[in-house]
Amino acid sequence: MMPCPYVVRQVVKETPDTFTLTLAPQNGEQHGAFKPGQFSMLWVFGVGELPISISGDPGERDRLVYTVRSVGQATQALVSRHAGDDVGVRGPYGTGWPIDAARGRDVIIVAGGIGLAPLRPVIYSVLRRRKDFGRLVVLYGARSPHELLYRKELAAWGRHSEAQVLSTVDYGGLSWRGHVGVVTTLFKYARFQPAHSVAMVCGPEIMMRFVTRELEARGLSREDIYLSMERNMKCAVGFCGHCQYGPYFICRDGPVFPYDPIRPLLEKYEL
Amino acid sequence: MAERTQAILEASQFPHLIEALARRGYQVIGPTLRDGAIVYDAIESAAELPAGWTDEQEPGRYRVKPREDGALFGYSVGPQSWKKYLHPPDVSLWTAERQNGVFRILNNPSPPRRPYAFLGVRSCELAAIQVQDKVLLGGPQSDPIYQARRENVFIVAVQCTQAAATCFCASMATGPRAKAGFDLALTELLGEQRHQFLVETGTARGGEVLAELAAAPATAEARQAADAAVETAARGQVRRIDTAGIKDLLYHGFEHPRWEQTAERCLSCANCTMVCPTCFCTTVEDVSGVTGDRAERRRRWDSCFTLSFSYIHGGSVRASGKARYRQWLTHKLAAWIDQFGCSGCVGCGRCITWCPVGIDITLEAAAIRETSNHGNS
Amino acid sequence: METLERIIAEHAFFAGMEPAYTELLAGCASNVRFKAGDYIIREGDEAKTFYLIREGEATVEIGVPHRKPIIVSTLGEGEILGWSWLLPPYVWKFNVRAIGGMRAFALDGKCLRTKCEENHDLGYELLKRFAQIIESRLEAARFQLLDIYSAR
Repeated sequence: MMPCPYVVRQVVKETPDTFTLTLAPQNGEQHGAFKPGQFSMLWVFGVGELPISISGDPGERDRLVYTVRSVGQATQALVSRHAGDDVGVRGPYGTGWPIDAARGRDVIIVAGGIGLAPLRPVIYSVLRRRKDFGRLVVLYGARSPHELLYRKELAAWGRHSEAQVLSTVDYGGLSWRGHVGVVTTLFKYARFQPAHSVAMVCGPEIMMRFVTRELEARGLSREDIYLSMERNMKCAVGFCGHCQYGPYFICRDGPVFPYDPIRPLLEKYEL
Repeated sequence: MAERTQAILEASQFPHLIEALARRGYQVIGPTLRDGAIVYDAIESAAELPAGWTDEQEPGRYRVKPREDGALFGYSVGPQSWKKYLHPPDVSLWTAERQNGVFRILNNPSPPRRPYAFLGVRSCELAAIQVQDKVLLGGPQSDPIYQARRENVFIVAVQCTQAAATCFCASMATGPRAKAGFDLALTELLGEQRHQFLVETGTARGGEVLAELAAAPATAEARQAADAAVETAARGQVRRIDTAGIKDLLYHGFEHPRWEQTAERCLSCANCTMVCPTCFCTTVEDVSGVTGDRAERRRRWDSCFTLSFSYIHGGSVRASGKARYRQWLTHKLAAWIDQFGCSGCVGCGRCITWCPVGIDITLEAAAIRETSNHGNS
Repeated sequence: METLERIIAEHAFFAGMEPAYTELLAGCASNVRFKAGDYIIREGDEAKTFYLIREGEATVEIGVPHRKPIIVSTLGEGEILGWSWLLPPYVWKFNVRAIGGMRAFALDGKCLRTKCEENHDLGYELLKRFAQIIESRLEAARFQLLDIYSAR
């Protein structure tokens, strides 16, 4: 339960306040395998520790990649790291996305804002074993064009066979000529077999509520929908009590949850 | 397990019990009177016990009062619980140093400590320890700090012979009689020219300690007197929680108007979580030295009543006092059952006594049940 | 007209409508095409036509002085462009512009309004569909307003 020393290999600025850090173990060994959807506790010496979803390719065993949005003191310390700096890593923790359950079926990824980060490892996994899955549909919404993450990769993913990658923004600004509207407005273009799909959704809670309604309206059953939830975390191993969501500990019973048991909790304000 | 034996120990012999434990290398923790309350602390001799003191407890009120019979354990429960020792309020997790931009966690082994002997554990407190065992040892991971302290604890339980007005262990099925989980259990027998303890062994090592004391075999009369005394404690309880179906009651009662009413009284002072023997939430704090090359992580008790407890993305999920009070009560009486297979409440009544505005958990549970029953399910 | 009627009946807006009604409506309809950048609808113009997108996309825009117009939403295949032709004062409130080539049905607004006044059952069928669309656009607009991705 103590952080392992990792070193920053690269920091890439994705948007004005969001950065992707690539970390490698300081002793040169491979990192322990992680499941897409899991998170690590990242520690900045003497500042603090944060839960951050792992956002890289699980097949790349020599590095761990994290996309971090700077919203406070600890995240700011993290994104201010330079190549060569140390970062402590604990984990991986939590439950992963149901990639096995999605074999042979269409995979629908719906992401909002930085919610694409914990879903990117799923996309890597699906593309790595393309034949094992049906259609890949990625629906991604962000606030504005310069807040879209991984734009080059989005374009590249869309070029794969039987893959459909659609982005939209809430506010187009002056020069954006792409789709404008909330992410649910992309569903009308999405091609998938509702009875034969698994949907994985991540983004602000409000967005996940709208999206799950839309998915159900389009014929997906609740058992085929999965969400990633988020709460304050301190220990990441089910002892500190901070991440409780109803009876669940998000660090241990989540962060990925099937929709059905979570559905009554999503409607409860200030749960 | 060794067969249980029962014996009679005269009060005059009581100091030898403490000595026997000390001889075995235990640090004896027991009740003592300090600052107008009966608290748990390291004690060296029986002289430090709160002989001749009792407590009076009401919602938001705690007073100690002298009693005439010189009872050693003539009180109910004080503000503290044994949680203070097993799940310490402030503890260092690890330290680290940093040289040339590379950090190293220093595995400082904590100094060897003497195992604890808890003297005076009430049945509700024993139940609370067992609840915390489930929370901190019963999951996929164990808390090493709790485990190290819990493993070797020697427990001398004391059966309750009176109930405070705030006690409700009988309705929570956690007392007043301690039936298992102790090394020794004592029932104080007081009367005209009588001051004795009925001693019951619970484990082999309890029996070994008893064997070193000048104890006589228990008589049938002493056994009956002890039973009657514990029965007094059971019958004397004026509060209760009806636990039938309480989990679903609270889950479905999320929008119950009672929460708003109670929230107007609750100060979010977090007293209840501090005195509660089962509350386990903690936070971690990273501190660094001035020069920036040493860091330490400390773990401290935390409370779900604070705004920072549920803080994400620039705000608290439970911003209102109502949401936080509801979270505490619903977790304690309902979600705990789904999480750990038992209730989080042991009926000790501390939260009632130590709430500055006297919010009473038994009344809250009853209020939610009552109006829910009237066609609001 | 028979062919046009069949194609119209297949458009998402008319899904489930009785053939008698689609036949009535086909009488007001024609096929239209737009090139990339064409304004299909201009804010302030008289609203005379009910457009249904068959293929392609269009943006709903608001003109802002001294700047390029701001896109507030994108509409695509199967969607309708607006309903100002149905409700007084019959004036368009937004610009709508084609992105790329676009094919659409254009139904004459006055013709449609007359038929609905004559046949209230037809009118009710149409209004039910519009109500659904307006509700879903309102929900999306509210969702968009929430600005959920901003850091507080």
